[in-house]
Amino acid sequence: MANQVSVPLYLDLLNGFEGWLAMEGSEENESVLQLRQKAFEQFKQLGFPSRKVEDWKYTPVQPFLQEPFEFSPVAVQNAAHAAINLEKAYIDGLEAYKIVLVNGKFQSALSDNNLPAGVTIKPILEAQEEPAFAQYFGKVVNTSKYHFPALNTAFFSDGLFIEVAANTVVDKPFYLVQIYTGNKNLFVQPRNLVVANRSAGITIIESIVSENPESNLFVNTLTEVVVKENAQVNHYLLQTAGKGFRQVNHTEVSQKRDSVYSNYTFSLPGADLLRNNLHVNLDDEHTESHLYGLYLVADRQLTDNHSFVSHLHPNCQSNEVYKGVLLDKGTGVFNGKIFVERDAQKTNAFQQNNNLLLSNTATINSKPQLEIYADDVKCSHGSTVGQLSQEAMFYLKSRGIAEQTARRLLVSAFAFDVTQNIQIPALEEHINNLIIQHIPAEQELVKA
Amino acid sequence: MLSIRNLHAEVEGKKILKGINLEVKAGEVHAIMGPNGSGKSSLSSVLAGRESYDVTEGEVLFDGKDLLDMAPEVRAREGLFLAFQYPVEIPGVSNINFLRTALNEIREYRGMPQMEAKEFLKLTKEKQKLVEFEAKLVNRSLNEGFSGGEKKRNEILQLAMLEPKLSILDETDSGLDIDALRIVSNGVNELRNANNAFVLITHYQRLLEYIVPDFVHVLYDGRIVKSGTKELALELEERGYDWIKEEFKTEETAG
Repeated sequence: MANQVSVPLYLDLLNGFEGWLAMEGSEENESVLQLRQKAFEQFKQLGFPSRKVEDWKYTPVQPFLQEPFEFSPVAVQNAAHAAINLEKAYIDGLEAYKIVLVNGKFQSALSDNNLPAGVTIKPILEAQEEPAFAQYFGKVVNTSKYHFPALNTAFFSDGLFIEVAANTVVDKPFYLVQIYTGNKNLFVQPRNLVVANRSAGITIIESIVSENPESNLFVNTLTEVVVKENAQVNHYLLQTAGKGFRQVNHTEVSQKRDSVYSNYTFSLPGADLLRNNLHVNLDDEHTESHLYGLYLVADRQLTDNHSFVSHLHPNCQSNEVYKGVLLDKGTGVFNGKIFVERDAQKTNAFQQNNNLLLSNTATINSKPQLEIYADDVKCSHGSTVGQLSQEAMFYLKSRGIAEQTARRLLVSAFAFDVTQNIQIPALEEHINNLIIQHIPAEQELVKA
Repeated sequence: MLSIRNLHAEVEGKKILKGINLEVKAGEVHAIMGPNGSGKSSLSSVLAGRESYDVTEGEVLFDGKDLLDMAPEVRAREGLFLAFQYPVEIPGVSNINFLRTALNEIREYRGMPQMEAKEFLKLTKEKQKLVEFEAKLVNRSLNEGFSGGEKKRNEILQLAMLEPKLSILDETDSGLDIDALRIVSNGVNELRNANNAFVLITHYQRLLEYIVPDFVHVLYDGRIVKSGTKELALELEERGYDWIKEEFKTEETAG
């Protein structure tokens, strides 16, 4: 048992598990129940991470877990009757299949029903008989090492199962609107599994919004993604939730031969805490992976992106570009690790993290890591922290452009390395607008 | 149009301009020449409003308004334009978007409506021709990867688009090959009219063979020490700047 005196929630979870399982798990098949039991034992050992855990050194999560939280699915669902506002997730001009989840629960009345052939989408709790579920659920992620995935696996409720049949290339993106809401403090644990079969193609846009005027929401999400031979998955995550919202979002990806996985993570100001773990496991040869990220952090918020790209086989390529804009008293964390196994010759791995500090009181902790055991590879990484160029500001102003417009132009330009890779024009425009909105009119710039 | 009176300025406590007086009227072209380090570029920086310069004495009136009291963007909207000696590269900001933003902010300040997309493109095309600016450069990031000549032509393209009252060309000719110099000069000559004015800051007389000035001033040690017509430029070309230094030193010692 972990030493968790400082988090009363830990004991509540430990004491509540058996009763919770008896109530919620009665319909589940044996293998899922066993998985839950095992993960529960693992969480019992791991507890919530303290800052002594290297991966959480710059992200003290325990202060965000102090309130008494409701974590039973019934309480979570009852709370969801509060205002449901889809407007916050509206993207002008986006053509997509819309799927709405409230506190992780699928809302068929709010979702599009004309789904394309070859795609299976259902609540995760109803997917246990699917062969792909049996094959992959809980097998992509290793819960023995990771605190929140272990907790999620023990307690998950709701979330989605998405499977694309072999050779099916979906014509439009799936737009997953995830609304979190509540009139009391809630601890929500959605669980997703995405399987793209051989030569399938799918684009998923996850949008995370919150509607919680007076309570705190802690969301512990775990998503497993399997990209099979020659399949292509474009995975967008757009985090625009507001005050009181805290999320640990763990995405574990497994790529098979000749597959392409592209992840785009956009974290906008608003939430108290965002911690994204993105782990991409290159489980066969000739894969290609793109990890693009942009985070804007304002107020007293904390946004932490931890990525891990694991090159296990030869001839794989990975490319990672994360950019951060830090405002006010915001704190950003970037930790990017590239691991290249001894057999993974001819690996091509690139990583870059650039940060722009727009305030004297903002903080960034950036830690790129390369761990290479192969000897015939091309790998590079780089990390920078800077301010807006005064020379560029003066140049723009000398052409009649107002201070704020100039600053917006330069911040958009800074983000351009990431935003130019967005494959959906409506989404690109939407994100550019969000960036611009968050650049304040008046702010003391950091003096060089 | 522009009245500079007894202008003193310093940067990081170092006196750079030590009492500049200059009158520029509409329709005129003035050339300011001088040896390196005499304060030529500092004068253009002070006029454009670069923050690192502190004006310690004197005043500058632009169409009767106090220029030094205006923010850099307001000076531009009032009709002042500085063609930079070293234009800044700004990756990620497209040239065309930059031009449109600048033009519309200036139009808004002058109470004019935003320019229609079609009209804007037509204007851009027309002005591009003026400086023989390749169309593909317009869609690229601002000055990024441009050659020296392309950057300078881009400055004149902006000048042509924004139609300022007073244009200051800060060593626009430095480092230009003869073709680029001809193109840039033709552009300026086309844009000259009775209502605007130009101040050419240059180290070399060659530019003045292409753009013929009405007045030539010699700046030395933060002061205009000699003024004349274009013949003065020829004399400078022939004799160099040493005699100016000598003459000025002598006067200083005598005074």
